[in-house]
Formats: sequence, C-alpha cells, structure tokens
Amino acid sequence: MKSDHPGAGTEWTGAPGLMSPAAGRTAWKAVLGTLRRYHWLYLMMIPGLLYYLIYHYIPMAGLVIAFKDYNLMQGIGKSPWVGLEHFREVFRSPDFPLLLKNTLTLSLYRIVFNMLPDVILALVLNEIRVRWFKQLMQTVTYGPYFLSWIIVYGLTFAFLAPESGLITTWVRDHMGISLQLLTDKEWFRPILLMTDIWKNTGFGAIIYLAALATINQELYEAAVVDGAGRWKQLWHVTLPGIRDVFLMLLILRIGHILDAGFEQVYIFLNARVYEVGDIIDTWVFRRGIENLDFSTAATVGLFKSMVGFILVVTANKVAKKFGGSGIW
Amino acid sequence: MSYVLKKTKADRAVDTVLYSGLALFGLATLFPLYYVMVMSVTPIAEVLRNGGFVLWPDRITLDAYRYIFASDRIPDALSITVTVTLLGTLCNLVITSLLAYPLSKKYLPGRNAVLVSIVFTMLFSGGLIPLYLVVSATGLLNTIWALIIPGLVSSFNMLIMKSYFENLPAEVEEAAKVDGCSDLQTLLRIVLPLSMPIVATLGLFYGVNHWNAYFGGIMYLTDKSLMPIQVVLRSMILTPSVSQELGLNVQDLQQLPPETIKMAAVVVATLPILIVYPFLQKYFVKGMLLGSIKG
Repeated sequence: MKSDHPGAGTEWTGAPGLMSPAAGRTAWKAVLGTLRRYHWLYLMMIPGLLYYLIYHYIPMAGLVIAFKDYNLMQGIGKSPWVGLEHFREVFRSPDFPLLLKNTLTLSLYRIVFNMLPDVILALVLNEIRVRWFKQLMQTVTYGPYFLSWIIVYGLTFAFLAPESGLITTWVRDHMGISLQLLTDKEWFRPILLMTDIWKNTGFGAIIYLAALATINQELYEAAVVDGAGRWKQLWHVTLPGIRDVFLMLLILRIGHILDAGFEQVYIFLNARVYEVGDIIDTWVFRRGIENLDFSTAATVGLFKSMVGFILVVTANKVAKKFGGSGIW
Repeated sequence: MSYVLKKTKADRAVDTVLYSGLALFGLATLFPLYYVMVMSVTPIAEVLRNGGFVLWPDRITLDAYRYIFASDRIPDALSITVTVTLLGTLCNLVITSLLAYPLSKKYLPGRNAVLVSIVFTMLFSGGLIPLYLVVSATGLLNTIWALIIPGLVSSFNMLIMKSYFENLPAEVEEAAKVDGCSDLQTLLRIVLPLSMPIVATLGLFYGVNHWNAYFGGIMYLTDKSLMPIQVVLRSMILTPSVSQELGLNVQDLQQLPPETIKMAAVVVATLPILIVYPFLQKYFVKGMLLGSIKG
C-alpha cells in the first residue's frame, strides 16, 4: 500500500443505482478505489463490526420472538406467529402494574438520593482548603465504586444478617428485638438507597468537582467586592456554575427511568420482598432465563427498550432546548 | 472555590461542620471494609466474649482463610476470574483500539454510518432474552468465552479512545506513512505507544469489570467449575452452612462459625481491588474526566 496523504481520499459519490449506467460504473470504480486505498483501516474494523452485528444487531432482530410463540425445538424461524398476543397477556397480567410501579418508584428515589448526595459531597470537598485532607477524602470516598455489588452485599450482610450482623446483634442484646432487615419490605428500598450512596457518591461527585473547577475565580472576587458572604457566594456563583451539569445528568437519568439498577436489585432481592422490590429487569430475568418463558420475557424487554429509547431521545431534545449541548 | 478574606466566627463554625462531616463520611466509607477484615481474622472465642463486636482483636487467626483454601471451590473460582480478567481485558483492548483507530480518521468514507450504528446500540438493545439466545446459538454457553465475547467492546470506552486518537498530532502519523508504514504499523508502532494513558485507563475499566462480573456467570454458565469468584461468593453468603457449599466437612478444621468464613471470602474477593486501587486511582479519575468530556 502506497502512502496516502490523509484527507486526499476519494469520497463516495452517491448510490450507483440512481445514475446512468456509465456514471454507475464510475461510481462503482470509485468505491473499489476507496476500499483499496483504505483497506487496512477497513480490515481493522472487521472484528469490532462483527461483534456489533452478532451481539447487538442480531439480538435486536431476535426481538421478533415477542410476536411469536417461541419454541426451543422449532427455533425462531419455525415458531408460529401470534401477533400481539403476548403484549395483551402481559399488559393484562396483575404482575405488570406492580412491576412498573416498583421500577418507577425505585428510579425516582434513586434520582433524589443519588444526585443530591453527589452534589453535596462535591460542594463540601470544594470548600476544603487543607489539600492533603481533601485528597485523602476523595481517595477514600470513591474507592467503593470499584467494589462489586456482591461485595457490597457481603458487607451489608456483615451488619444486618439476622443472627450475626453487627447491628442486629447489638439491637438484640440491648433491646431484645430480633431484626430481619434483609427480608423486610419496609427496609428493602432504604437499604438499597443507603448502600448505593455508600458505593457511588464519591465517584459521582467527580463530575461536579470538574464543573466547579471551571468556574471563573473573578466571579468570586466580584461577589466579595459586592459584599457577598459565603452563602451568597454559594447561591449566586457556585450553584449556577454546576447547574448545566446537574440538568444534563438529571435528563439522562429520566431517560433511563425504567432501568432501576438491575444488578444491585437482583443481588439484594429475595422472595419475601418481591412486592416492593421486583422490577421489570429482575422479572424478565426470572421469567426468561430461569423459567425459559422466552417470548413473554422478550415482550416485556421490548416494551422496556422501546420506552427507554423514546425517553432518551426526548430527553436529549429537551436538554438541547434548555440551551445545553445535549448528549449527542 | 469561595473567596474569603478574613475568617469570621461563623466561618470557622461552618468549617468545623464541613470538616467533621466529611471526616465522618470518610470513616463510614472505610469502616465496613475494616470491620469485615477484622471479623475474618478474629478467633471466635473473642467475638463471643465481646458480644459480636470486636474493633481491635487481641489475637489474630487465619483459620478461616485456611478453611477457604482447603477446598477447591474458591481457588478454582479465583483462577477462572484471573484468567477471564487477563484474557478478557486483552481482547477488549485489542478489538477496541482496532475499531477506534479507523473511526478516528475523519476522512474515512463510511465512518459516520459506522459511528451512528454504534451509538444506536447504546440507546436501544434487544434486551436480555434475545442476547441469551444469540450467545447460546454461537456456542458460548458453558465456556469462559461467554464471560468475554458478549462484552467485547464497550461503546463508551471505544468513543473515549476514538476522541483521544483524534487529538494526537497528525504530523507524527503522516511522517510514519511517508516512511512506508501501513495503517496497522502506524497504529502499533506510533499511535498506541503515544496513547498509553488512555490504554491504561480503559484497561483498568475493563479489568475491574471482569473482576466484578457476575451476570455472565449466572446467565451463561451452569457448570459449577467455571463459576467466577463473585458468583461463588454470593452463593456462600446466602448458604447458612458454608461447609456444604465448599464441599468440606466441618470437623476437618476447628469449629469456625460460618460468618467468619463468609467474611474471609468477602475479603479474598475484595483484596485484589484494594491492593491495585491506590496505584491506579489517578488513572481512573483522569479516565472518568476524559469520559465526561463529550467525544
């Protein structure tokens, strides 16, 4: 391959079919020329493209099983079409409103109890003048982000296990009450949220710290000259400085409102708390992978993907309307 | 940063609240890890004497660890996880950079179509069930490849790498091409060595993901001997008596309470990350910041 000057490449000239036969041939030649000229670059992409084709696009096509009575023996092609039968069944089932309600409730809780601690931690870190202390605290607080949910579950277990947990034992010995927090409906969501704060707040604060670092120092000087105290500075300079990042993240999260944190919920979930803890994703997993009811599970999955897609695209439009740059 | 000329009394009060509040949060972050570690090495007699609460054990015992490593279950799971982490991260990095490099060339015809179809997969997916059917159809069930191939490229990481490549000085690559390097040689000899910060960052992201991976195990594997450490850890935590889970006889070793063994297993699964983390922390933060700047 001869050396090419980047930028000197032949451009696509358009679809061959739309042109006269002679022009079509030239266009075809141009395509071949492009392929030859950049053959290394195209070859490099092949493994990655195959990956996307097989493990992303074929599964999307596989969603047709939501409209079929999928049968393991017959495969996707031969299983009979049933139209919207599965959708009717799902939307009529008494499980569905509960799943939707649990998913939305948990998501909304997470928006409040994830985003606020992130902002608060960033604001506090921002006020810390002693450098070594600030760095130490940052290092400590974002550490748990790298631990798996299983490990977090293990730690939770060390505190709350019915017979042996630190807190449970203490309460039993001092107050004579035996606690069953891990299987308690009232406690399921608070435990999820608290462990989520423990694991993710430090890391979540990073993006706000980055935004805070870009605030023009002169704004603070001007505020001080105008007689602003600490709170006024916070209100008029600091908070406006992170507003855009906050709104962007908020909109993103609203776009993902039907993802209520599958991995964590699945690990903390047990049969006694299904009523408050079963979300769309955990239901799909149980119904599909554990009970091999692929079609119904795929139907619910398709519903979730479609709603999620519409929400993300809408959220991005809204973000752009707000004057932000949107996510893409 | 607020601009304070002279500290008033109120300022000092606010500072006290902020510093101590932050210190408390820091302690609350560290305490569970410390507690689990202490529990895993404290002799049971001492735990009982103190009503389950030991902050600083008088005597340390490694019995629980001996117990864990007496059975094959955890060592096997660890070796699966180490294999998947090393092999998987290598595959991730190779395929991700091979894809990111061509896509960083703005003059490459067809580039936008590829980018759009990759971004689309970040917004819409077939979901769990169709993916499972494809993994099954491609023959990955019950092989460790099921833990590697379905997550070969993270679109997000690929986009970070692509924008890093775009910001490299074009002159260096042009010079390499004038000297007769093909695109592949340019990538391997010039571009990647210049991109070590981003390669390290993504390697760490991918690596931690493999180490923590759990779902691949329960979705695609039924063979117990292939289960990664996180899956084994969970079933240990949930089993009332650990000896059964590990296939060991309780009488084999001293009477250890199952909780001590569970805590030791948590520590074993956490330790590699705790050891690696302080060294790699600054890379992670850089990578995170890079990622938050849109590509």
